Amino acid sequence: MPSSVPRHWRENIKRYRLLGTKCVSCGTIHYPRRTVCPSCKAREMEEYQFKGSGKIYSYTIIRSPPEGYEFCKPYAAALIELEEGEIITAQLTDCNFDDLEIGLPVESVIRRMFAYGESGIIVYGYKFRPILPRM
Amino acid sequence: MKTIKDVGIVGYGAYVPMYRIKNSDIARVWGNDPVRVPVKEKSVPGPDEDACTIACEAAKNSLLRAGIDPHSLGAVWVGTESKPYAVKPTATIVAEVIGATPAINAADWEFACKAGTEALQGAFGYVGSGMAPYALAIGVDTAQGQPADALEYTAAAGGAGFIVGPAEESLAHYEGSYSFVTDTPDFWRRQHEHYPKHASRFTGTPAYFYHVTNATRRMCDELGKEPNDYDYVIFHQPNTKFPMAAAKMLGVDKEKVIPGLISPYIGNTYAGSSLVGLAAVFDVASPGETVLCVSYGSGAGSDVFSFSVTEKITEARNKAPNLKSYVGRRLEIDYATYARYRGKIRM
Amino acid sequence: MQDVAIVGVGCTPVGEPWDKSLREIAVDSTWNALDDAGTDEVDGLVVGNMSSGNFIDQESLGSLIADYGGLGNISAFKVEGACGSAGAAFKAGVMAVASGYHDVVCVTGVEKMTDVVGNSATKILANACDREYEAIHGVTFVGLNAMIMKRYMHDYKVTREQISTFPVNSHKNGVKNPNAMFRREISLDTVLNSPMVADPLTVMDCAPICDGAASVILTTRERAREFTDTPVFIKGCSVKVDTIGVHDRATVTSMAATKAAAKDAFAQAKMEPKDIQTAELHDAFSIMGVIGLEDLGFVAAGKGAKFAADGEIAIGGKLPCCTMGGLKARGHPVGATGVYQIVELAKNIRGDGVIDVENGIAQNIGGTGSTVSVAILGRDD
Repeated sequence: MPSSVPRHWRENIKRYRLLGTKCVSCGTIHYPRRTVCPSCKAREMEEYQFKGSGKIYSYTIIRSPPEGYEFCKPYAAALIELEEGEIITAQLTDCNFDDLEIGLPVESVIRRMFAYGESGIIVYGYKFRPILPRM
Repeated sequence: MKTIKDVGIVGYGAYVPMYRIKNSDIARVWGNDPVRVPVKEKSVPGPDEDACTIACEAAKNSLLRAGIDPHSLGAVWVGTESKPYAVKPTATIVAEVIGATPAINAADWEFACKAGTEALQGAFGYVGSGMAPYALAIGVDTAQGQPADALEYTAAAGGAGFIVGPAEESLAHYEGSYSFVTDTPDFWRRQHEHYPKHASRFTGTPAYFYHVTNATRRMCDELGKEPNDYDYVIFHQPNTKFPMAAAKMLGVDKEKVIPGLISPYIGNTYAGSSLVGLAAVFDVASPGETVLCVSYGSGAGSDVFSFSVTEKITEARNKAPNLKSYVGRRLEIDYATYARYRGKIRM
Repeated sequence: MQDVAIVGVGCTPVGEPWDKSLREIAVDSTWNALDDAGTDEVDGLVVGNMSSGNFIDQESLGSLIADYGGLGNISAFKVEGACGSAGAAFKAGVMAVASGYHDVVCVTGVEKMTDVVGNSATKILANACDREYEAIHGVTFVGLNAMIMKRYMHDYKVTREQISTFPVNSHKNGVKNPNAMFRREISLDTVLNSPMVADPLTVMDCAPICDGAASVILTTRERAREFTDTPVFIKGCSVKVDTIGVHDRATVTSMAATKAAAKDAFAQAKMEPKDIQTAELHDAFSIMGVIGLEDLGFVAAGKGAKFAADGEIAIGGKLPCCTMGGLKARGHPVGATGVYQIVELAKNIRGDGVIDVENGIAQNIGGTGSTVSVAILGRDD
């Protein structure tokens, strides 16, 4: 399958850094980025940097992955409520399925999302893991 | 060697994946003695990890400790022999992830297990010459061990990053460094081969020990010191035996090597090896203590760095997870899962 | 605007017809409906289909089906709304007749999902989601619904046992439908203990991958009796959208698009939920059936699972649902489903179905609730 290079390149930085937008008019923040504010229809946005921490809003264990994602099977996916209030979708990683629960605090990490086979590009982006316990 | 400007380490950070496979399990599969093994267990990268993702977390941790604006970095250099792309730098991805682009130099360095310290040597030169206020050097690997080979027991995954900056901002002052290199083919990997090859016992005396001891002695001579003058001495650690033997040869007390010796718990992180050990030492060293870091890369060569820890370390070290947090986070997997994660199963 | 009537219905049996291509099942269904209406006259064809381009590398379905159906140079085009494509196509057909643009319109929903093998269908179905911010994370369509279910169970303290009564009911009703893919009953135990696809949804909570085509013939109220003695009238028909991604919904456990479409359809019909006698809900996943009951206004939020578990959705209950098997047992050839629902409702209303009712409602959901169509049908009063 040919690599969708421009499509991923366009998204890369936002995906690497959880970079969204903030409406200049009403202040609503969005991830993913928007060009039209869904709250007030205004069209002027500024960049907004999300901190990358949040908690699980809901989750599931994917046991029947789509093509290209079998390498992580089975894996957990979640709706993450970021500390700023915005909810996003992401895969969970480095986790014990039995420890997952709604409300579990998580932090973002950069992981390999998938690759276009052995010779195509690798797409990196955010996943979330339970907060690393400090020793 | 010394720099023109006074420099030091302003930030550091390490990362080790959470999966572990016991050496005894590897031995069992290949019909070897499960007791006479080089390390207890080694780290295994998860299926969604690679040298790039590890470098990103190490970089992020070092930035947390440095507390600088990523745009003020002049270079992001990644030393590794497990590049996800043979052509396309890991460093550009790391630089983009941490927000250091676009006014930056980014490149991947290679010199087997000393690729990371190569990059660090370069970073001292870059910042020390005044070309950039800060530079980030990372040593990282997700080493591939050939099944049934001796090196399979220790080929592990991990990495550490170090930000070089002005001495007055540093948590460890740079006092000097040295590089000692010859053309010695003790361990290599040809371009399209999946696994490296090594020259067995030749990797000892004429390779590791020759370069490590010579580099250390020459560094110490330049500084007018003895290796045992240092409070901590870190060696490249492919296993437990080699660094302890090197210590003995150089007259360094065992106790000074142990804080920086992580390979018994996570194996050999190749280009991460001595640098992860250095991070472990920075996690515990006190202001005023001195640190000698000695790397080794097959091919072959050794880089040596002399540091003295400043009072800034006490506050800085708490700004990111310490190595113990990563080493303590472990999930044991069996050989079959390890083979699956490392892509050793023919599909 | 004119009143619109359904004067003919037809469909193919849902299943895995390995020997039939998309054009063949679409043409079969179209002519089944035309035969049912006793005519070969049609001015326009609206095709409902989600993803022929991905499943069979074929677009231009309007032309393809009109051509192979021998329909000549008529108006024909495809309407897409993910798994709600057929419901949306139905609205397009109704609008064409109601506006006076065309006299006789055929709406054919069709999907051929089984020409791709392995897990390719999973990837294609994820096109109904937000590709860039949901599907790219490997979440899968089932996974998103599983997360909706998990949050629903958390918020309303409801169990899997209650929610999974939906597939049990659908299977029971599928037994009598000769066009259903599955015609055997299943027990609640079977549903709960079948393999997990995405926790907590098991294989038996999810509609199957299958092929099918369904068609209806629409005309004006004036002309309806030229074709049939039992026309079924469209009382209300609406399609509304919500956010494409579940993560941007105002609430994850309710579909604003359903509420908006239902409000609009009920207003057109001058009816209320209590007037409705049967519902063809979109039980692609058991949780969707539960939430559908609530969003359409039949029960309050959080009460859908209990309503189902109490047996009220069974034939004989307060609101018979999925009377010919629903998406779970009749099947869910994604872009065709919405028209299967209309065909089944129409049969129940005109007297050749499995229950005898004067009216009914159909809810067809695209994606995880991004596009929802609600149609209310009834006899003339």
